[in-house]
Amino acid sequence: MEITLWHLLDSLLAILLLGLAWSALSGTDLKRGVVLFMAFGLLLSLIWARLRAPDLALAEAAIGAGLSGALLLLALRDREKSENKAGQPMSLLRLATVLLMLLLAASFALAYVTAVTSNTGGRLAGLAFGNLEQSGVSNPVTAVLLNFRAYDTLLELAVLLAATLGILALGSERRPFRRPGVLLGALVTWISPLLVIVAGYLLWTGAHAPGGAFQAGALLAAAIVMLRLGGMTSEQLPHPLLQGWLLASGIAAFMLAGYLATFHDLAFLQYPAGWAGLLILLIESAAMLSIALSLGLAYLGGSPSGWDERSSRGKRS
Amino acid sequence: MTELLGSLFILASLAFFAAGSIGLLRLPDVHARLHALTKADNLGLGLLVAGACLIGGHLLLALKLLLVWLLVMFASAIAANLIARHAMKDGEES
Amino acid sequence: MMLTQLIFGIAGGLLFAMGLRSALIRESLLARILAVNVSGAGIFLAFVAIAYRGLEETPDPVPHALVLTGIVVAVSATALALALRRRLEEADDE
Repeated sequence: MEITLWHLLDSLLAILLLGLAWSALSGTDLKRGVVLFMAFGLLLSLIWARLRAPDLALAEAAIGAGLSGALLLLALRDREKSENKAGQPMSLLRLATVLLMLLLAASFALAYVTAVTSNTGGRLAGLAFGNLEQSGVSNPVTAVLLNFRAYDTLLELAVLLAATLGILALGSERRPFRRPGVLLGALVTWISPLLVIVAGYLLWTGAHAPGGAFQAGALLAAAIVMLRLGGMTSEQLPHPLLQGWLLASGIAAFMLAGYLATFHDLAFLQYPAGWAGLLILLIESAAMLSIALSLGLAYLGGSPSGWDERSSRGKRS
Repeated sequence: MTELLGSLFILASLAFFAAGSIGLLRLPDVHARLHALTKADNLGLGLLVAGACLIGGHLLLALKLLLVWLLVMFASAIAANLIARHAMKDGEES
Repeated sequence: MMLTQLIFGIAGGLLFAMGLRSALIRESLLARILAVNVSGAGIFLAFVAIAYRGLEETPDPVPHALVLTGIVVAVSATALALALRRRLEEADDE
């Protein structure tokens, strides 16, 4: 194998990534750990761009570094009793754990090298690229996500909904932030509409260029986070009934498209010929709204105030 | 020729980013570090965007990169002000 | 196999082991959530490294789609874990 400058860059990126992860995980100060984790997410996004995965780079920057970081920064406020303890002295159990982890990393490396170097059978990439024209979109990642492996994406939306239901059931939202000053207010006023526009653009362009429903949904969730930081209260969110519909709309669109296919003697989620592009766009739009509201409600931290009173029709518990 | 000029711009931006990072590590307090970060890094990003526009070639790419630079300047200016006010308030209380 | 795939695959395995070790050893719940996220990032890195085909050829889109699903699931699991942690702290105070 020849060593080029690209390999020098790759080694630098990998070493920097490992160093950031180590300092994020090993310090006792959790504030520092969270900020280093956000930097880790940004560096990971750069590595996705280096590995020619632009959809992943967009998603990692928006979701992995941005939204995860915002959630973790909020969670720093909830003080924990075990956080104030100093570092534990090295004991036999900890040494055994380190050795076990080294063994795990070594066996992972062995499995990885074996999997990549052996040429056992055809890769799925051939199938994906071969059927790309009939999939309705020209971005291969979108085609795999929403056509060839649409079932996985349906289940992913279900996982997202389950997590949101768990968050809503665990308690009420955090206290809203106070009214912003002039500068923060200006930032929120200018950036939120821009986020909505760019989200719509990413949704549209996901069919033929890097982008898609997940990145667009993450940007809309970032708009909700910005509005929340600018003092939005949960009374300004849509009505709880509408929120429930929006949360379920991604899965509903998938199921509708899937069942409509069965009326034409096709399998579940087998899009009819010629309709694939339109169906994918409609499903992606609904999924974008679901993802945005799910992640936005996750930032709120629990069920918004008035969730129980307004959505139940006057029943007293 | 334009590629060479673009590469020179990007190399110049590296110097500014390095200056900003050294300032972050070596300057004594929050306000001085904010100076280094916002001024040096924004100018470095501007030079990087200029180099990328020259190498990239078409107008739409240049407009998008310019929008990125303007957004970063906008957000970092406001963030720097918020951090500085918070640090000043913390400094008065301690 | 390409050297790039080897470098990033090994880095992914090390990240996974590092995150798992921290998740087992640290006592603070927030540190454990960070550690599990780092483990997940290591696995994603290994996937995308497998999908890489060099600078000329288009990379394999199937692992990219799997990792995109994984990123969204990871953030929703993190959100649920943080809500659980908050509820646990409130329950301990009662």
